[in-house]
Amino acid sequence: MLENYLPVLIFIAVGLVFGSFMILMGFILGPRKPDSEKTSPYECGFEAFEDARMKFDVRYYLVAILFIIFDLEIAFLFPWAVVLRDIGYFGFTAMVVFLGILVIGFIYEWKKGALQWE
Amino acid sequence: MFDAIENWMQGFGWLPDGLITFSVIMLKIVLLLAPLMTAVAYLTYAERKVIGMMQVRLGPNRVGLFGYRIWGLGQPLADAVKLMFKEIIVPSGANKGLFLFAPVLAMAPALAAWAVVPFGSEMVIADVNASLLYVLALTSIGVYGIIIAGWASNSKYPFISAMRAAAQIVSYEIAMGFALVGVILAAGSLNLGQIVAGQEGGILSWYWLPLLPLFVIYFISGVAETNRAPFDVAEGESEIVAGFHVEYSGMPFAVFFLAEYANMILISLLAALMFLGGWLSPFQGVPVLGDTFLGQDSILWLFAKTSIFLFLYLWFRATFPRYRYDQIMRLGWKVFIPITIVWLLVVALMVLAGWL
Repeated sequence: MLENYLPVLIFIAVGLVFGSFMILMGFILGPRKPDSEKTSPYECGFEAFEDARMKFDVRYYLVAILFIIFDLEIAFLFPWAVVLRDIGYFGFTAMVVFLGILVIGFIYEWKKGALQWE
Repeated sequence: MFDAIENWMQGFGWLPDGLITFSVIMLKIVLLLAPLMTAVAYLTYAERKVIGMMQVRLGPNRVGLFGYRIWGLGQPLADAVKLMFKEIIVPSGANKGLFLFAPVLAMAPALAAWAVVPFGSEMVIADVNASLLYVLALTSIGVYGIIIAGWASNSKYPFISAMRAAAQIVSYEIAMGFALVGVILAAGSLNLGQIVAGQEGGILSWYWLPLLPLFVIYFISGVAETNRAPFDVAEGESEIVAGFHVEYSGMPFAVFFLAEYANMILISLLAALMFLGGWLSPFQGVPVLGDTFLGQDSILWLFAKTSIFLFLYLWFRATFPRYRYDQIMRLGWKVFIPITIVWLLVVALMVLAGWL
């Protein structure tokens, strides 16, 4: 059972090594002639105006928080979906209640305008 | 084919057991990665060619092989060689370690997700029970590559792009997750091989029919997840130049590119596996045709179905103008999520009623 996961582990390692190896090849084969103009941040030819680590819209943060809630919900739905045939209508009702609570929250955030992007 | 490798490796019985197991796995991985990388390279060629044709141009047709100009088929190889010999520019203000790690972090999950993808009833590297969960988890990790790239560049365009990309990918991830739950409901298993096996019995018993809304939403979310047109605000070249990889050049840029295309192929292949019956023949059970070679299950069916989705990717890019960012978020949150929740309950009821 658990030995089935060994190839997965090796594959992840191969993925990391493969990506690093390609970048290493680039460093070995390519020229290296940096100068101050070349390594300055790109801003359509201007000198960079201010620090790039600027303030950003709070809605990106809001979306991230909402995502966590819904992603957790999906994580709960996965095992439920696998065994639905065994747990029958009782399991179905339980999940409808659970989803219902989340949908109320979803409607609330919708009405509050958390999903509104101008 | 995988069995052949295992039998062949058994011939090296004098080696320690652990080494044999490791070599078998490594050989399988190489056997999967080599065609995958070729497919990625030629997908870039196909993209330029298909879009060229759609815009009544010829597309790349100059670079040949061995002195023959075979419709420009040497183009991807030439591109690869060119990128390899380009200078890698690391911006002076960048966080150097993270800057170089970001492409690796985008690439590794795009490749590692292939570990659990089956190509036939026995042809899979890791036959694990939680394969769909694993794929969903790994495709989520891919977004870190983009965020870190945008942050570590310490430049404005990449930063804006990283913000956009993160919010967009995360939003469509939910719709995609719900669509996957629908598939699991119908199949009663997380194992991709068993999901395909559950669709046995001709074109009408594939899951695309009972799960039609989820099928459509899955693929559109897939297009948004991979930041492809018409959802490519993360790299919208007319507003933020090239988005999160403005500051990247040479090989790190190529790695981002490979990861994006490997993800495109992965999404297409998964769509074929989950909704179009994978390697099952569409003529199964059809009176005359089903008895000929067309009725056989074959990996060629899987590739044909995958190609349909890959072509759709290219077709979308040639056809649709880019979405505005607020429209993207509205589509993800206010259209896809409600539809998927409702259809999920419909599918659950269908399962309980014994129709699926």
